[in-house]
Amino acid sequence: MYSLRKWSVRHARLLERTYALVENGLLFAAPLINKIGHSKLEKPVASVERVIKGALFDCQMCGQCALSETGMSCPMNCPKEIRNGPCGGVRPGGYCEVKPEMRCVWVEGWQGAQQMKNGGDITNMQFAVDYRLQGKSSWLKVVREKTTPPEEGPTV
Amino acid sequence: MNAIFDDEPVPGYPLPILPGHSSPGRLERMLRSGQFVVTTELAPPDSADPALVYERAAYFDGYVDAINATDGSGAHCHMGSLAVCALLTRLGYSLIQQISCRDKNRIAIQGDILGGAAMGVCSMLCLSGDGVQTGDHPEAKPVFDLDCMSLLDIARTMRDKSTFQSGRPLTDPPRVFLGAAANPFVEPFDWRPLRLAKKVAAGAQFVQTQYCYDVPRLREYMKQVIDLGLSEKVFIIIGVGPIASARTGDWIRKNVPGVHIPDSVIERLQGADDQKAEGQALCVELMQEISEIDGVDGLHVMAYRQEKSVPDLVKRSGVLNGRTPWHPRLYEGDMTVQQHMENIQ
Repeated sequence: MYSLRKWSVRHARLLERTYALVENGLLFAAPLINKIGHSKLEKPVASVERVIKGALFDCQMCGQCALSETGMSCPMNCPKEIRNGPCGGVRPGGYCEVKPEMRCVWVEGWQGAQQMKNGGDITNMQFAVDYRLQGKSSWLKVVREKTTPPEEGPTV
Repeated sequence: MNAIFDDEPVPGYPLPILPGHSSPGRLERMLRSGQFVVTTELAPPDSADPALVYERAAYFDGYVDAINATDGSGAHCHMGSLAVCALLTRLGYSLIQQISCRDKNRIAIQGDILGGAAMGVCSMLCLSGDGVQTGDHPEAKPVFDLDCMSLLDIARTMRDKSTFQSGRPLTDPPRVFLGAAANPFVEPFDWRPLRLAKKVAAGAQFVQTQYCYDVPRLREYMKQVIDLGLSEKVFIIIGVGPIASARTGDWIRKNVPGVHIPDSVIERLQGADDQKAEGQALCVELMQEISEIDGVDGLHVMAYRQEKSVPDLVKRSGVLNGRTPWHPRLYEGDMTVQQHMENIQ
């Protein structure tokens, strides 16, 4: 929802703190998550993620969440899916080139980043989306990247 | 300075690549030798006849160092960028192949990079692209598999690591000078220089900007760019162009996203008897003023629907300092070369 999405950017610092808690919780539970198996948890965790992040950020479930580095403004809502800052078409007042009634996702993100502790990360390079991950859980991906889960069959 | 380099081969053949250079192209040579350059863009025809491409390129003979081949600019259908490049590189012209992420995915784009380089394209401009809503096919599917930043990164990987993005090796890498676009004239202003830094980090060696009609804004941007040390790492070419009338200017600023035209410009045109002439005079003044700004390495003259006026604008501005850029007709009188050119056409 657009208004909630704008609220999220205005409260980027709060959400940054909240996410740190979520991530710590996930890493704490990592041994259990790894034991149950990522493929079994994929569907339920992705559904929870879809509901929460869908409400707060209009999350499109790209499966490779970059919100911590985009000022809590989801780049998948950019009609050009640009993951590295505003294009040259931003309209006066910071509105989107393609959807003139919407604020530019990156103008919003830049404002969100100013409040965040690690807001400077918005200048990090984000490579193009890996479409194989679409619809999958970013949270489980974080667990996989930060711990080494036991070998499983392919989850793709 | 001569238009022809000492190690100049026959037209259509690449120059030797000098140490520290990425490409065998004239544009990189000129910029790295400290020359102030002029580039322009060719309006690709809505036609399958190559004669129109040759004709339009010839308007610029002797006044530009490179010609941009646009890739469906404004999301309108025209002859493709790669084809325009193929036709003109054969005559020896220095082309900047524009690559937009709007219409092709990473598989097609990497193929085009190899294809362009194979046909003698030495400079490529990596763009995200205009949205489809601005064009003549608003119902089209926007691709945007990559953005300009990922595109730069991929092109650089292909050139420097000689692999596709997948890691699969290339037999011969594309020797290209990589460019990007920049727009210092739209929000968020404080982010624009940092975004340029990101493009440089991703592989941009030159940038061409959106039209500049707001010199104070450009000065502010260039100051930040210099403070960030970027002017040492990237050649900056500023976009300019004549506005045909006050009405056209007003239409452009309301309808073409990313073009910022201050009220003072519109008012000046409104007050003129001959608005077209005034628009050109204004363009010449802007060219002169911008060329004096620290860190500016060249001008990109985009004379939409006034392409024939480019030589006159460049001449009046004096920004080339009497230099005549290379063009195929330099060889007039050399029968071997002329025969070669006629065979191509």
